[in-house]
Amino acid sequence: MGMTIAEKIIALAAGVPEVKAGDIHTVNLDRMMSNDGTTHLTVDMYHNKLKHPHIADPKKMVFIVDHNVPSDSPKTAASQKKMRDFAREHNIDFWEGKGVCHQIMMENYVRPGELIFGADSHTCTYGALGAFGTGVGCTDLLYGMVTGTSWVLVPETVKFNLVGKLPEGVYPRDLMLTIIGEIGANGVNYQVMEFTGEGTKTLSVNDRMVLCNLAVEAGAKTAIFQADEIALEYLRERGREPKAVFESDPDAVYAREYTFDLSKIQPVAARPDFVDDVVPAKEVCGVRIDEAFLGSCNNGRIDDLRVGAKILKGHKVSDHVRFLVVPASQEVYLQAMKEGLIEIFMESGAIVMNPNCSVCWGSCQGVIGENEVLISTGTRNFKGRAGHPSSKVYLGSSATVTASAIKGEICTADQL
Amino acid sequence: MEQFTGRVWVLGDDIDTDIIIPTEYLALKTIEDMKQYGFSPLRPELAGQIQPGDIIVAGKNFGCGSSREQAPEVVKALGIRCVIAKSFARIFFRNSINNGLLLIEQPDLHDHVKEGDTITVTVNQDVDHNGEKYPIASLPDNLVEILNAGGLVKAMQKRNGIHK
Repeated sequence: MGMTIAEKIIALAAGVPEVKAGDIHTVNLDRMMSNDGTTHLTVDMYHNKLKHPHIADPKKMVFIVDHNVPSDSPKTAASQKKMRDFAREHNIDFWEGKGVCHQIMMENYVRPGELIFGADSHTCTYGALGAFGTGVGCTDLLYGMVTGTSWVLVPETVKFNLVGKLPEGVYPRDLMLTIIGEIGANGVNYQVMEFTGEGTKTLSVNDRMVLCNLAVEAGAKTAIFQADEIALEYLRERGREPKAVFESDPDAVYAREYTFDLSKIQPVAARPDFVDDVVPAKEVCGVRIDEAFLGSCNNGRIDDLRVGAKILKGHKVSDHVRFLVVPASQEVYLQAMKEGLIEIFMESGAIVMNPNCSVCWGSCQGVIGENEVLISTGTRNFKGRAGHPSSKVYLGSSATVTASAIKGEICTADQL
Repeated sequence: MEQFTGRVWVLGDDIDTDIIIPTEYLALKTIEDMKQYGFSPLRPELAGQIQPGDIIVAGKNFGCGSSREQAPEVVKALGIRCVIAKSFARIFFRNSINNGLLLIEQPDLHDHVKEGDTITVTVNQDVDHNGEKYPIASLPDNLVEILNAGGLVKAMQKRNGIHK
């Protein structure tokens, strides 16, 4: 029986010729990532609960401080110190202030064919390079760190056949929100979203990251693209080789199939407080906002900053809006500086911040107050996600967020 | 067969991890410090009302969102005996088992139960609500071992004869 890309990656990691959905396998993990959201908990368990604490292979581990950068309280400083000291003591690759964890992983580590656990729900991003990345809690991460292995229930795969090309002024963010709106917040619970079809050829690795990153918002175990020439070129530019390049067999089994015509996608927004409450952006135009956020592991890349800067040039940010622009990594930040984008943002009144998760996770930067409204390229709009429980978060593309920051109310770029 | 009875708290669909424990409280030192804020964006009074042995009955996609393991830990620390939902988000499901919190999928109960009702759960068999029995799936042995030990780390300690 044929296998999907996800099944082939699990089979390779399990050292077996074939797996099928529903099987449970013990797998060797290629890599594990942990950030300052929970690493201190993993370190505590490591020290306090194990009889013979050791790390199976420190070279497989990556620790990244990105959630509260720089630290905002003595408490976070202490938990980050715990993480930093542990990484140094055990020769674990350690990144701090260099970017959002998934962006760092994509720029520096992820290879096609790898099976990667990350103690963060958006680890599914790595499917943009044909890797199987999935989010776990700190206990699973600890088990993986100590044994180098874990178990997985082989998920079913759902095929998303993409045809056509996105129209001018419509972005992968609009496409993925449209998909989530259609299938629902648990539409692919414990399944793999495999993106395929000729439409994928119109999407860069950065575009693919936008799609894969939000897969968890539809309940997916992960999302994946075939590592094609576009993905391999991204790897070559960064001096990396694939672990394995897989494609799904013609007779692979899919739980369901969907087709999305990219040329029909329009700008959309997710309304508070659910990522799957998706409507055409024009339906929410006119909602007054207090803050706008351009950044996150979903939309803080150079493409997003280019879109934002192009719209912003020659305009000013509304005087009642804080517009936070947060490049997803230092690589992105430096590139934006070279292209003059940072200058455009600052001259227009935006607040350009250091690379980190920022208001997307509602802790250290840009937290919003009682009844305030944020429009965001962040990953989630749950109740209270960005601050006070009464505050509201709308999600949209870089273009919609930037246009809204200028107008002071939700607005699409074409209506500016 | 293990059986227990508890009072029901009813919650809706898509109860996410930011509702179960908001980001701003994750920096608190212990789960005991955090638990008073459990479910606070949705129902600030709920954490203070939950009694040990109570049961949460929820709609679909309970626990969606972040991988924060503090979410199942807070639910457990509040004394919730188990969560029965139409479905669970996958990271939360795994984290709950790893922390010894029993989760039960049941598609119909939520539509019939009211807050304050009493239900009886017979593990691996059914949920009894006013004499109406709602069937539930049985758990594989390896998950039962982890749950009974109180979580993955404790189960491994037990299996390896470690007392720590």
